[in-house]
Amino acid sequence: MASAAEIASQARRTEVRDRWLLSAPALLIIFVAAIGPLFVMLAYSFMVKGDYGDVKFGQYSLDGWFSVFLQRDIFDDTLTFADAHLSIFWRSIKLSFLTTVSTLLLGFPTAYFIATRPRHTREIWVFLVTIPFWTNLLIRTFAMQQVIRNEGIVNSLLRWVGVIDEPLQIMHTDWAILFGMVYVYLPLMVLPLYASMEKLDFRLVEAGYDLYAGRLQVLRRIIIPLVSPGIIAGSILVFIPSLGAYVIPRVLGGGKNMMLGNLIELQFGAGRNWPLGAALSITLMVLVMVALLFYVRNASRSGATHG
Amino acid sequence: MTLKLKAALAAMSIFAFAGSAAAEGELNIYNWGDYTSPELIKKFEDTYKVKVTITDYDSNDTALAKVRAGGHGFDIVVPSANYVPIWVKEGLLLEARPDQMENFKNVDERWVDVPWDPGRHYTVPWQWGLTGIGVNKKVYSGDANTSAIFLDPPAELVGKINVAPEMNDVLFATIKYFGGEWCTDDKELLKKVRDKLVEAKPKWLAMDYSVTEKLPAGDYSAVYYWNGAIMRSRLANPDIAIGYPKEGFPFFMDSIAILKDAKNTENAKLFMNFIMEPENAALISAFAKYANGIKGSEQFMPAEMKDAPELVIPAEFQGAGEFLTTCAPEVSELYTRIWTDVNK
Amino acid sequence: MARRHFEIRTQPGFGLVALFTFAILYLPIAVLVVYAFNASESVTVWGGFSVKWFAEAWNNSAVQDAAWRSLVIAVFAAVIATFAATMAAIATTRTAPYPGQGFQYAFINQPLMVPEIVTAVALLIVFSRLKVWTGYSGLGWLILAHTAFCIPFAYLPIRARLEGMDLTLERAAADLYATPWQAFRRVTLPLLRPGIIAGFMLAFVISLDDVVITEFVKSGGQDTLPTYMLGQIRRTVTPEVNAIATAFLALSIILVTGFFLINRRKT
Repeated sequence: MASAAEIASQARRTEVRDRWLLSAPALLIIFVAAIGPLFVMLAYSFMVKGDYGDVKFGQYSLDGWFSVFLQRDIFDDTLTFADAHLSIFWRSIKLSFLTTVSTLLLGFPTAYFIATRPRHTREIWVFLVTIPFWTNLLIRTFAMQQVIRNEGIVNSLLRWVGVIDEPLQIMHTDWAILFGMVYVYLPLMVLPLYASMEKLDFRLVEAGYDLYAGRLQVLRRIIIPLVSPGIIAGSILVFIPSLGAYVIPRVLGGGKNMMLGNLIELQFGAGRNWPLGAALSITLMVLVMVALLFYVRNASRSGATHG
Repeated sequence: MTLKLKAALAAMSIFAFAGSAAAEGELNIYNWGDYTSPELIKKFEDTYKVKVTITDYDSNDTALAKVRAGGHGFDIVVPSANYVPIWVKEGLLLEARPDQMENFKNVDERWVDVPWDPGRHYTVPWQWGLTGIGVNKKVYSGDANTSAIFLDPPAELVGKINVAPEMNDVLFATIKYFGGEWCTDDKELLKKVRDKLVEAKPKWLAMDYSVTEKLPAGDYSAVYYWNGAIMRSRLANPDIAIGYPKEGFPFFMDSIAILKDAKNTENAKLFMNFIMEPENAALISAFAKYANGIKGSEQFMPAEMKDAPELVIPAEFQGAGEFLTTCAPEVSELYTRIWTDVNK
Repeated sequence: MARRHFEIRTQPGFGLVALFTFAILYLPIAVLVVYAFNASESVTVWGGFSVKWFAEAWNNSAVQDAAWRSLVIAVFAAVIATFAATMAAIATTRTAPYPGQGFQYAFINQPLMVPEIVTAVALLIVFSRLKVWTGYSGLGWLILAHTAFCIPFAYLPIRARLEGMDLTLERAAADLYATPWQAFRRVTLPLLRPGIIAGFMLAFVISLDDVVITEFVKSGGQDTLPTYMLGQIRRTVTPEVNAIATAFLALSIILVTGFFLINRRKT
């Protein structure tokens, strides 16, 4: 006769197995078409670079990794930090962070607004958020360019109102990249935020007011903690693609200031240094993963206190 | 109903094997985007009853990486001059011997014994051009025939310059500006090159591809860019004029070649021969606005192209032009580092 | 208790910000649509009203093929990804931590952590070998690649929805002798629907958008609209591109509106 404890542990095992089976299709697809190939990439980062791109198979070297952080000066052979790479890393992190914060500042009220519409109109609002994104990224980026260029709408409007005399040079600056990324990634923030706000229980909000909390307090102590899974999901969805953005800096930034995506592309393209490209990519991945783990751990800890 | 039908067709197309699709009467061209005249393709299809498929790429390196990896299904590719030796060295091209084809007699002698394919055993000229200066005469009326326009820009052009985002073209002009040779590894000279570029870059507005829009519209007042685009800009705004850097400027030529693992070799050869016909070569130029290498094609070209200042290089500057060649791997690495330094 | 003299749901200024957000979202789109009707060859200088670019796009078979291909890939990838992501989201939430849960979470979100160019080159290397071995080089590879990077986009909103969705209702269903499938079908799924719709839409849009991975994975004759347009950047962009985008936009709006209407009638 099995004891109650044994039955329970048996049931638990079955449950765990079922959960693995249920996630198997997703895991399998991602393994074949995303993670598996990255092992090839990892291997490439330890190989000798081929003369015209690619790598020399079977010849190993740490050069790729070495040149991520350090470089021999081209001219006097002294060993220095690869400050070109580091400043590109820094610019990418800075712009992606600003993008995330801006989309959150715009997206949170928007998602809240949608979630507080009458039930039957909410889907229409969500639909309105997604419509601009049924056109592809390149077209949207071009369209954004029409809005912010010197002879574009924003400048014409500002001049017409009389705020400025000379057009603001937005195109081809970091501002253009920031605007472009905020515009392109906004729905990636709004949609998950909405998904978790939609099920917000307003009785809790009411209870807050009953206890004489102010609007700000209710927002800070009740609403934000309750929708924190949405905030996390949205921030992840915006931050990471921003970090690897390639098309937007190229079109709106005028290609003058590289971001990580462009630097990596250069190594796989005209730079013909695949091991360095691979090592840079893996460095970026590790950075992102560390940030993510830190974030998720913190969030789940603070989430736990709100049940 | 139609939607269902279409979905079914789509589903079928997904599971159809490419092998069975490679029947007779097909040709798969892998070319730069927006570079292949649809008229030319239509004419070829009608003449030879061949179905042509065109797929685009946007950089030499993407094309190279893809074809080298295999499983691509292309027959014809159109690499730039400085890449042709790499393609040959990596064993990717078929030695199709276009020099023995019927229409080879039409190829301008100038383009037969080229350094990247001596005697034309592999490739046939598609289009050629150069990277030069374009200025808006209303903004700047001085001498435009110098790389100083973007390396030491005159005050009126500062902050209004666009430079092609092409590592090789930019380094070429800068090395020549200091009197060096392309592919040099002279560190002292390269240090000057880097420092000059680092100093000049803040004076540029952009490094972008959108010249035909923004040069005529006035967003840019000067560019270092391809001549075809400068011509199109002039056609849109007569104030635009071309300049040929006297210190030295790079030529480019894209040539078509047949891939070693092509499935439709015979059709590819037919196509090679076909584009050496002057009337057909003219179609290529009329579409993309660059010169081709075929004698007698001028008479079939649109009037605006016949003596365009962007296509007919003045005699005094002809010596300043030089083809970008393939540099040794160590030298390319050096150049990439300089380029990264400039773009950080 | 006295009636509160304000609506507890509103937060001051939020409506205004929302309005601003919608303005930002639609301004570029409006410009795009307006210039699709431009008579001149420019996407920046207005030259009068004309529909010629629509005619031009309509007659451009390369554009038509590319647009249709983009749509097919996006539909397949988004549907498969949403299915897989929903299953995975249900598996990885609302349970005591079990061995491998964190691993699964990291695994599923992994495509988000890699810049596209890296995945693209890695896929080029691996898939081209597979193409040679299997002799198959159809659209399936593109769909597979797209599905993989669509899964996390579908997964995150569904998971966000599931998390904190309380188990009471499902327990109640179980108490009323519903089978697990019935409980899922009648209780969990309807509650989950907004998350699934958001996930599907994200996945669809992300697939439609992709340039870099497609560029590297595509075989001969497999240009999608974005890769077709990427090839055009070097030369010049004519309003034809705007016309295509406008047509695409109109088509998607019709499709999605239809989907919503049908859906609403059912519920």
